[in-house]
Amino acid sequence: MPEATGTDPRSEARQRWMGVLARAGTDALEAAWAGLAVRPGYRMLRPPETGLVMVRGRTGGTGRDFNLGEMSATRCAVQFEDGVIGIGYVAGRSARHAELAAAFDAMLQCDDWREEVKETVIAPLAQAERARRDTERAGTESSRVEFFTMVRGED
Amino acid sequence: MYVAVKGGERAIEASHRLLEAARRGDPAVPELSTRQVSEQLPRAVDRVMAEGSLYDRELAALAIRQAAGDLVEAIFLLRAYRTTLPRLGNSEPVDTARMLVRRRISATFKDVPGGQILGPTPDYTHRLLDFRLADIAPTHAAQGEDTVQRDRLPPQEEPMPRVMDLLGREGLVEDETPAADEGQPPADITREPLRFPAGRDARLQVLARGDEGFLLALGYASQRGFSNTHPFAGEIRYGVVAVAIVPEELGFAIEIGEIELTEVQMVNQFAGSDTAPPQFTRGYGLVFGHQERKAMSMALVDRSLRGRELGEAADSPTEDEEFVLYHSDNVESSGFVQHLKLPHYVDFQSELELLRRLRSEFDPPSAQAAE
Repeated sequence: MPEATGTDPRSEARQRWMGVLARAGTDALEAAWAGLAVRPGYRMLRPPETGLVMVRGRTGGTGRDFNLGEMSATRCAVQFEDGVIGIGYVAGRSARHAELAAAFDAMLQCDDWREEVKETVIAPLAQAERARRDTERAGTESSRVEFFTMVRGED
Repeated sequence: MYVAVKGGERAIEASHRLLEAARRGDPAVPELSTRQVSEQLPRAVDRVMAEGSLYDRELAALAIRQAAGDLVEAIFLLRAYRTTLPRLGNSEPVDTARMLVRRRISATFKDVPGGQILGPTPDYTHRLLDFRLADIAPTHAAQGEDTVQRDRLPPQEEPMPRVMDLLGREGLVEDETPAADEGQPPADITREPLRFPAGRDARLQVLARGDEGFLLALGYASQRGFSNTHPFAGEIRYGVVAVAIVPEELGFAIEIGEIELTEVQMVNQFAGSDTAPPQFTRGYGLVFGHQERKAMSMALVDRSLRGRELGEAADSPTEDEEFVLYHSDNVESSGFVQHLKLPHYVDFQSELELLRRLRSEFDPPSAQAAE
């Protein structure tokens, strides 16, 4: 998780849920959307657009930045009737993923929706992500190795 | 020079049909799906994404299928596709210390903070053909069984320390710190043509998408004496890192997803100069996907290309940045080599006539009469 550039706790919270929505797959968001008891209406402020993000690295991991190569990404902005704007930026080319991420982002900015969406959408997605990472790390851990240096010669 | 020719539309269409049939192979054999390619040929997908300079597993898998497994052709397809998409933005520099590590080894220290983790590597296999994979009997994996051991509890997820920091604490390796002019965008060879001398930022961008075979050969040559860099593999790590961008409309960083990367830190000898003490120097490799051979080659070549900056003789081809950088792109190389297949009829006719004239002047008149 990148550091928030400001100290605004609201942007930190938003940063966190936008990351969860982006890392979740389209299918998971679609299921979460279908699971909502009431779904808000919205209009497309900026319809989904697929393009490229230039990924940057640093020399030696910590030095000056350089352009490594591009990745596909899709963005979308939606607006609720009361003016709240939701934004989605997701890796890949799924228009639906970006749209749903934007719709959830708008809901999470509304006092009426925030707690419900946090509890029923964001928390389970974050939990699934943690479980996936833990399973993977347990597998990786099984190949941890201790190397020993053999002393050559008689003594 | 070649001159445009007309004609052959029907033959070209027929050729396309033959190509399609050759790609498909025996229709009695079930067709591969793009998902099968991306899941079961992941290293081919990695190479196509890295050299195609576009991280998108589905598109790379599609390109591999379409190119019938010709990876350089698949790379070309991906490069062509990328030109159709707008640039939405630039990422924040990825933080490889926060990688979800799948493999991490050091050849310079036996005991390193964070430990040595072999992960999925063919290094310790016997390289004997595994006939269980031939269609005779399905393997565990083919039956969809998960055979990975998960018998150890993983420790708390925390950043993986860098091996180079061990040397850095003693001041025995050169520092790698952000540029003084951080905020100035790094060179982008997809936007501005390469200029010489090239900065290390431009060189690393070219190498990251350079042809694996070419860089492997150059790295090998540098080890065999066509350079003077004495490398050790300080650290190799492969895993998943988050990519974050700062959209203008938000003004703060958000993660958009994750990518797999392989990072290599080479440690190289350096005798010191008038301005620098004797210390280790670095070669750096960073590549999309799991590609250790490519990332190690990149790190070797990166260090070779720093010869001039470090006041070394730099008289080998591996240290000549114009030679290395102008010839590492396989889309360009392949295009120029293969353009020789295009009709050069007019060009060749003029050469032929010139040669006939020269021969008639050279050959004795008696020989001409004998013809």
